[in-house]
Amino acid sequence: MPPVHDVAVVGAGPAGLAAAVEAAASGLAVALVDTAAQPGGQYWRHYDETHARPADRAGHHGWRTFTALRERLDALRAAGRIRYLPGHQVWLVTRSADGEFDLRLTATTATASVAARSIVARALILCPGGHDRQLPVPGWELPGVLTAGGVQALLTGHRTPAGRRAVVAGTGPFLLSVATGLAEAGVTVAAVAEANGVGGWLRDPLGALSAPGKGVEAARYAALMARHRIPYRTRTVVREILGRDRVEAVRLARVDRDGRATGPDEEVAVDLVALGWGFTPALELPLMLGAATARDVDGSLVVVADDLQRSSVDGLYVAGEATGVGGAALAVAEGRLAALALAADRGRPADPARTRRLRGRVRRGRRFAAAMHRACPAPPGWSDRLPDTTVVCRCEEVSYGDLRRAYDDLGATDARTLKMLARPGMGWCQGRVCGYATAAIAARWGGRATTVDDLRPLATRSLAVPVPLEEIAALAGEPAGATEEEGGDGE
Amino acid sequence: MTYRMTFRGAVVPAEPGQSVAAALVAAGVTDWRTTRRGGRPRGLFCGIGICFDCLITVDGVPDQRACLVAAADGLRLGDAPPDAGDARPGPGGALPDAGGADEPGRDDAARA
Amino acid sequence: MTADLVVVGAGVVGAASAYFATLAGLRVVVVERGAVAGGTSSAGEGNVLVSDKEAGPELDLALYSQRVWREDLAEHGDRWEFESKGGLVVAASAEGVASLRELTAHQRACGVDARDLGHAELRDYEPHLSPHLAGGAFYPQDAQVQPMLVAAHLLRLARERGAQVRTHTEVTGFLRAGARVTGVRTPAGDVPAGAVLNAAGTWAGDVAGLAGVRVPVLPRRGFILVTQPMPPGTIRHKVYAAEYVGDVASSDAALQTSPVVEGTAAGTILIGASRERVGFDRTVSTAAIGALAARAIALFPMLRTVRAMRTYLGFRPYCPDHLPVIGPDARAPGLWHACGHEGAGVGLSAGTGKLVAQALVGGRTDLDLAPFAPERFAEEDLP
Repeated sequence: MPPVHDVAVVGAGPAGLAAAVEAAASGLAVALVDTAAQPGGQYWRHYDETHARPADRAGHHGWRTFTALRERLDALRAAGRIRYLPGHQVWLVTRSADGEFDLRLTATTATASVAARSIVARALILCPGGHDRQLPVPGWELPGVLTAGGVQALLTGHRTPAGRRAVVAGTGPFLLSVATGLAEAGVTVAAVAEANGVGGWLRDPLGALSAPGKGVEAARYAALMARHRIPYRTRTVVREILGRDRVEAVRLARVDRDGRATGPDEEVAVDLVALGWGFTPALELPLMLGAATARDVDGSLVVVADDLQRSSVDGLYVAGEATGVGGAALAVAEGRLAALALAADRGRPADPARTRRLRGRVRRGRRFAAAMHRACPAPPGWSDRLPDTTVVCRCEEVSYGDLRRAYDDLGATDARTLKMLARPGMGWCQGRVCGYATAAIAARWGGRATTVDDLRPLATRSLAVPVPLEEIAALAGEPAGATEEEGGDGE
Repeated sequence: MTYRMTFRGAVVPAEPGQSVAAALVAAGVTDWRTTRRGGRPRGLFCGIGICFDCLITVDGVPDQRACLVAAADGLRLGDAPPDAGDARPGPGGALPDAGGADEPGRDDAARA
Repeated sequence: MTADLVVVGAGVVGAASAYFATLAGLRVVVVERGAVAGGTSSAGEGNVLVSDKEAGPELDLALYSQRVWREDLAEHGDRWEFESKGGLVVAASAEGVASLRELTAHQRACGVDARDLGHAELRDYEPHLSPHLAGGAFYPQDAQVQPMLVAAHLLRLARERGAQVRTHTEVTGFLRAGARVTGVRTPAGDVPAGAVLNAAGTWAGDVAGLAGVRVPVLPRRGFILVTQPMPPGTIRHKVYAAEYVGDVASSDAALQTSPVVEGTAAGTILIGASRERVGFDRTVSTAAIGALAARAIALFPMLRTVRAMRTYLGFRPYCPDHLPVIGPDARAPGLWHACGHEGAGVGLSAGTGKLVAQALVGGRTDLDLAPFAPERFAEEDLP
């Protein structure tokens, strides 16, 4: 039997690091499981520390928060209070009869060593983060088109610019972070195409009030954009990406509020396109446990959490993007709050004033996030004029026309049936990339806003990540070759 | 030191700490597999292990996410060449062939 | 218009029945509480099998269905990925081979094409098969379809012949004229009809109950593992262990797993089959998926490092005697059933639909429906 931890924290980004450190400081025995080889998550992704250079931290916001959390993590590990499992992915969570959570782990890469195949915990704090939301556009499957987050990860995690001449497109302030990062690395940024109106998020008074730090961030981006002379085009989208076997150019178009083109296209030669439409929280683990979900202001499916980060499932706490996309500062506050709430629920002494302060911080962070989401929506009509040949599901190469035929001819009028009959979301990524888009397309054709029922079928994954069959076979309590040996006996 | 990996018979240099995908992209290679149905080229997309577009064979182990696998000296990337004559450059076309790398004459592909 | 027939359920059986009813000239309305093919039809492997059936009425229906798939429905086969891939049954031990030989002899007498194979021949059929197998049998008639596409396209074809399909419409009761069933009630309004066909699959017992009759359909849970896409031809046939036939026929409530492994048009490999009676519990069973993976690896050692992308579960509509319920219900005139096909509903749907349509228009049926009569169950088997 593996040892039973008081709590398992999944994810070592801003929320998970904060939660693990706080829970351990409260005296709980903590396991911290993370896909990456070193802590930080997507937000504080940095170059391999064994080959670090001072410049690696450049451009990171809240780096001091990270290093402080990192130091506490190291100290608590050394004290035996946190068992840290980097390079491990949770592929299944089940619950035993006495309520303990059983987490099954697999190595992130085939060559990585695995310290534990399973861990058991009395409580769970899920901090799974998220990834860039994508809206299909003709040509987005061409090599040289990356997610905005992917371009950023390549820069901050691998010191590698993904191209020489780029267009960064989609919506939201993250595009500026990517564009300025590219420019600092010597890439020519031909344009930032922001689908929404003039930097509503830059000027949003409620946002600025709620999170004063954000105003500073905005000013810094504005200065960098100016210094590198990066054209910032609002109400502009990439309408098509051109190229035979890789990106050669994009067509930019002015659009109206609904995302419909209003002007002639302009062709811009590039070898890199970075696309991002906000973020999609990773919900497979909370959904596996049956947590209640809701649709957030930005249209994402999120876990419903109370004001102490408790989900609808007893013993399951959720923090960070999974409860609503809101950035690192909010995630840290939520992670801390989840850990304090858990500690209190387990009868550990908790400082009520501190909990109150964190709750206030989370409330303000949520308000700012909501304002940001309202300023940077996915344009409602983004899919209206897609050509039928546009790839929607990259894995299974399902086109917009394939979806339309399943909808029109086969009665696939909801996202789940679309998935069953046309196969979007049935490939390697299990709908992580096309899930939001497929749900939104189904809803749009049905003449309604995207609902939880549209989003859930494509966010639910029976296995959180692909896992070798021999590791599943180990669940049976019999070695994978056992039956084969019996067969041998019979000869 | 700079690592030397091979891809389709060409040398791909890598800095310690880079991922396989980053090293390929830095070497001008933007695609390293083709899709099952359309036979279309694919390479890096999400860069963080979510999308599985960047699958690659590493030292004969298929379907690894290139964005997550750390570069290492001597890694053989891509399917094992059916014979030594399969030294075509990647579609990116930017790679030097093995003989044109920093240390001329060393052909890692020959080790396969 | 007043419909001639209301079909309750838009799974494969309901869809096939609706399609053949429209071909027979009936005006059909299909009423489905969820989406098209949203129940057990979306949770199977798409089996069209003769190999797993012992001599008897189910084998007769399977052989009849073979003809319907390959003749009546032949022109649409590509739409639902009909693949006449053949089934390969393997046995690990000499005893297993001996009982398999007995089975194939009986099956051949009933008209099944079953070819006995020795140890050495197995890998000519499946190169990746474990070398530690004693022998097997090949069944060229076994085939595979994509069952959700079957249901959806049959409903499309029925619609083209005037049928109406009303999804997200739950039947809440029946219209009656005395004892006679004259239609169904739904929240969206009454649907009067000359006859009502209960094709509600695993939930058919509940629908029958609304009409005041008892049909003993119970859920028998099964899991399937789906692998990453593999190169074409990795696994060429439907491959399963001989013990599967015994598991299918058993009525044990406890977990049984026998390996069933096959490729699909999409490149994935499907791994079944588990059986357990646990009601409608949708929790993932680590024991079940673990056993499936272990047994599949035992058949195909190369699967060890192949990754599973997902697992899914479904509830087979199971009757105590393992036979479906097909035909008119004398206890409620006007009510018909086509349900309870357990794990064979996809394969048997084609024949079932055609026979139901023949009976509905008062003609002679190509196959005697008496063994499937709704009233056949003993009192102790009824819910």
